[in-house]
Amino acid sequence: MTTNDLPITQANQKVRPHPTQNEALLFEKSSPGKRAYKLPPLDVPAVDAKAMLGAAHRDTPGLLPEISEIEIIRHFTRLSTWNYAIDLGMYPLGSCTMKYNPRVNEFVSRIEGLAEAHPYRPESHAQGILEIIDLLQRCLLEITGMDAITLQPAAGAHGEFTGILLTRAWHESQGNPRGKILIPDSAHGTNPATAAICGYAVENIKSNSDGGIDLDALARQVDSETAALMLTNPSTLGVFESQIHKIADILHAKGALLYMDGANMNALVGKVRPGDFGVDVMHLNLHKTFSTPHGGGGPGSGPVACKAFLEPFLPTPVLVRKKGAKGRGAREAGGEGIESGALHWDYNRPHSVGRVRAFYGNTGMFIRALAYILANGPDGLRQTTEDAVLNANYIRSKLEDLYDLPYSTPSMHEAVFSDKRQLVHGVKTGDIAKRLIDYGFHPYTVSFPLIVHGALMIEPTESESLEELNLFIGAMRSIAREAEETPDLVKSAPHSTRVSRLDEVQAARQPVLRWRPAK
Amino acid sequence: MSYPIHYRYTREHEWISVDDAIGTVGITDYAQGSLGDIVYVDLPRSGDAVTAGAVFGSVESVKAVSDLFSPVSGKVTAVNEELKNAPDKINEDPHGTWIIKVDLSNPAELDSLLDAGAYEAFIAEETGH
Repeated sequence: MTTNDLPITQANQKVRPHPTQNEALLFEKSSPGKRAYKLPPLDVPAVDAKAMLGAAHRDTPGLLPEISEIEIIRHFTRLSTWNYAIDLGMYPLGSCTMKYNPRVNEFVSRIEGLAEAHPYRPESHAQGILEIIDLLQRCLLEITGMDAITLQPAAGAHGEFTGILLTRAWHESQGNPRGKILIPDSAHGTNPATAAICGYAVENIKSNSDGGIDLDALARQVDSETAALMLTNPSTLGVFESQIHKIADILHAKGALLYMDGANMNALVGKVRPGDFGVDVMHLNLHKTFSTPHGGGGPGSGPVACKAFLEPFLPTPVLVRKKGAKGRGAREAGGEGIESGALHWDYNRPHSVGRVRAFYGNTGMFIRALAYILANGPDGLRQTTEDAVLNANYIRSKLEDLYDLPYSTPSMHEAVFSDKRQLVHGVKTGDIAKRLIDYGFHPYTVSFPLIVHGALMIEPTESESLEELNLFIGAMRSIAREAEETPDLVKSAPHSTRVSRLDEVQAARQPVLRWRPAK
Repeated sequence: MSYPIHYRYTREHEWISVDDAIGTVGITDYAQGSLGDIVYVDLPRSGDAVTAGAVFGSVESVKAVSDLFSPVSGKVTAVNEELKNAPDKINEDPHGTWIIKVDLSNPAELDSLLDAGAYEAFIAEETGH
């Protein structure tokens, strides 16, 4: 608990310790005339801005904060001390796969020629980065067992959108775009949103008692209007859909496609390939499975891989190697323009769904993901998958005596509990999550998937050591005891943060989205 | 909270009260309790057609967005505009706060809905699971 002996004023706030220190907005710190720069004397002829801009010229400057450089630096540095990050401790947000971002990724992506590569650079001068993109594409195809890929989508939901556009384009080429997409009730909310945005009606599929797809119900629901099933495998319960090949057969028999949401691909890499179990199109999250930064704006990257029959519809441009290519063409191509073996962006794709993003995607993430893949190698990637599954099952086995496990089906990379046993003391999943902050951990995912009432969704990833896992388990066991003995302590958590319970309801009902000057 | 005996209920937790072939529709106390604080209600327009068992709108809480399913088929004759600015009315008084009024095209559909006793048994089963 914090003590506030001093009255809170602007004057004393800045000498209080950081966790309790308040921080004004830059706008509130502004005072007239302050500058963070000093320009040299004008060494070109002065112009009359008003005359040149005409009606576009404004006489009164915009209300922007006026502040010095060190104040700006301190402002953001102080704010950064309130953050929790994977570099500080475990971040067990289920479904989000908050992996450690290896430093080798960051090192490679900062190599000058890569960090400063410009998308308008002529192809003949960009063969190095194109080779990186090409090699990443080939690695991802090998990992997924698919035939073709685009790296353009900027994140997972954008990948879903692209994948369903491909699905729609293919159905249209068969004469009928069809009208509906099937989605299990355990799905990520982005799945139905994607289907709706792509013009499809959404039909829900109820999960069976194992948390999987009921094959008989599915067979009844799939008809000539079904464009696709969007399936996450392993599901959001962390359960592998072992009937996946039969699901694919049911869909294919009616001309429908199987879309796989690859959000949980980190449980499959090096073990099983979606392309081998009947998936037609899928997305990957480089910011989950392939260790590029997640959260804080990433940026994300959501490549879409598909089978050969969907390849004509991929977004433009598609990276192709000029004919006669053998081995690496980059160096030979030099500055002499595109030669045999060089990589080339193909825009002549008459069946393409078109561009889904400016330029080629979040290229910096491609470099990081490739660094991760190459640094691990095939055996390392397989080990990573095994460790992620082992870690999740270790947590499950150490907590299942205290927390209700609604599905006893074997877990893959994450474990989903419910707050059923704590609820009798009035303690809900959100309370346990907030108490976890006091123990130094980021909360797990709360109240998702929706099919589990009061869900606690925990995904440690392979990044965590046995020691960190034990600390986490200790915290969770301690909170379970507190929920019984001192439930109010849990219900009013967190107690160690600068602010405690924010008014989420008020924020959602009456959001204040911008600062306004005091009148 | 008790469930009014002159209402009929869906398994998706809507209630309907019918007077002169005009049905008044809202969500149950159980529904608002599981959703938590409601922050937004997405309403249809007056004059829209609704179908029994089909989605006619949605309610959004801090936790989740949930579809609203129409208990009956017919035409929307009125929507509760007050909910746009005060969605919390549903939390405060779920059985007294209506969402839409529907001119029933097939009153026989009411027979397939649950009465108060059957609905209470249904939610007891849901929560006990």
